Amino acid sequence: MFDDLRDLYQEVIFDHNRNPRNFRVMDNADRKVEGFNPLCGDRLTLYLKMSGDVIEDASFQGSGCAISTASVSLMTEIIKGKTEAEAEALFKTFHEMTTGKDEAIQLEAVGKLAVLAGVREYPARVKCATLAWHTLDAALKNEQKSISTE
Amino acid sequence: MTHFPVEKIRLDFPILEEKIRNKPLVYLDNAASCQKPNAVIDTISHVYRHDYANVHRGVHTLSVRSTDKFENAREKIRAFINADSTKEIIFTKGATESINLVAQTYGKANLKPGDEILITAMEHHSNIVPWQMLCEQTGALLKVAPINQQGELIFTEFEKLLGDKTRLVAVVHMSNALGTINPVKKIIDLAHSRSIPVLLDGAQAIPHMAVDVQALDCDFYVFSGHKLYGPSGVGVLYGKQALLEAMPPYQGGGDMIRKVTFEETEYNSLPYKFEAGTPSIADVIGLGAAIDYLNDVGMDTIAAYEAELLDYATEKARQIKGLRIIGEAAEKGAILSFVLDRIHPHDIGTMLDSLGVAIRAGHHCAMPVMDFYEVPATARASFAMYNTQQEIDVLMNGIESLIEVFG
Ligand SMILES: Cc1ncc(COP(=O)(O)O)c(C=O)c1O
Repeated sequence: MFDDLRDLYQEVIFDHNRNPRNFRVMDNADRKVEGFNPLCGDRLTLYLKMSGDVIEDASFQGSGCAISTASVSLMTEIIKGKTEAEAEALFKTFHEMTTGKDEAIQLEAVGKLAVLAGVREYPARVKCATLAWHTLDAALKNEQKSISTE
Repeated sequence: MTHFPVEKIRLDFPILEEKIRNKPLVYLDNAASCQKPNAVIDTISHVYRHDYANVHRGVHTLSVRSTDKFENAREKIRAFINADSTKEIIFTKGATESINLVAQTYGKANLKPGDEILITAMEHHSNIVPWQMLCEQTGALLKVAPINQQGELIFTEFEKLLGDKTRLVAVVHMSNALGTINPVKKIIDLAHSRSIPVLLDGAQAIPHMAVDVQALDCDFYVFSGHKLYGPSGVGVLYGKQALLEAMPPYQGGGDMIRKVTFEETEYNSLPYKFEAGTPSIADVIGLGAAIDYLNDVGMDTIAAYEAELLDYATEKARQIKGLRIIGEAAEKGAILSFVLDRIHPHDIGTMLDSLGVAIRAGHHCAMPVMDFYEVPATARASFAMYNTQQEIDVLMNGIESLIEVFG
């Protein structure tokens, strides 16, 4: 019945929505930033444990739609072990992929995150996918405050 | 089902023939804005093709024609809400501007530090924020009467909050987030017994029921054209003449003055005192056409048909496991707000859109209502006279299927 939506709601997204990874409070986090999308009321708290400039651990709490939950869940998996610079570069690539500015984007460069490429066809949902990354960006810049997609 | 010529009515709304993602459009976002009949579309087009010029300022033929049509629309609106005089019908951009107008004129002139404005917990942001701004400017306080789990105003609490310091009551006639229809007559009578004026936010109520401002005896009534099958960009402020006369003007400019020198300006009479600048001329005339259309169908007929649609939808919704209706007031208009277990309203919105079904997903500009129910957002289907039971079936089947897909 929802054939048209297969590009947007891939099985991986349902899976991460049902069983979000790294979904926990981190008591010994070095960085903790809240992300908020006032448009839909999505809220998340991102926790990072740093070791030098390497992201040693990442986790989150919060509630959101399937796209935003899957996006943050996938993100926490993929950024673990990455340096700040690598994570920032990934954010940039992810942003280009989801906002569709670069048609020739190399989906291999984003690995598993490619399942979120479908949002570029749904402008109303792009922010659901990017909220996690904007929150990460703020955390890496060490902005200890809440950030908003608006 | 009472006989309601819905198939004939649908033919009057050309957009209903649109295909969305290759499916017939099922438009259930009427509380956000509703679609326009040919009568409105053609009227606006006719104005620009044949009658258009600025109003109230030319001696030439077109200006006179345009002014006549414009003022004729004002008369139609007066009759539609049974106001005493066209002097009491002020054109604005919409309900939001109408409320801001009252806050910044009546409110600023009459409120002192410590005075109170009483609203309810189910207001749209447009009936909260203008009062908060006014409170900041004047030192007045905003009081909020609570609602119960059904989404009804707790009248005894409202009565308690209506105190010696209350200077204005501002209440939504019908809630956009919950569908609740407030006991406005009772509210007005109680407030008046203590000499407190009442503003009703009629943005949602007006397309669904006959409104008689004299029978209600409200002091102000506001609504938007675009939710009343008319164009966007035009709305109405009704105010009792005596109150409007005493109020300072809102914006300064052309049309709202009688005489201007650099030393002194004499304001125009009602309703022009509150209509500075060139109004949305064709849209006002278009709103007049919407009202003709509504009168032809009959507001009571529309209300009866929509009540049946809501009952049908509510019954179907109750049968869906994991669906929780938000807002179950005994007195309710054609709005069905709901949440699903573990499925976010935005996912519901996107999934239904792929079936051609347009609903609203979000906080509906009523974040305090979302907080009250402890949900980030709801999905909302809102009905209009052109909706059908078959469309509700498409909605409900869609909901059942998406619950399955999410697993
Ligand atoms: C109850 C209520 N009041 C006020 C408004 C504001 O109307 P507008 O945006 O047309 O000014 C709305 C619109 O959603 C509404 O539903």
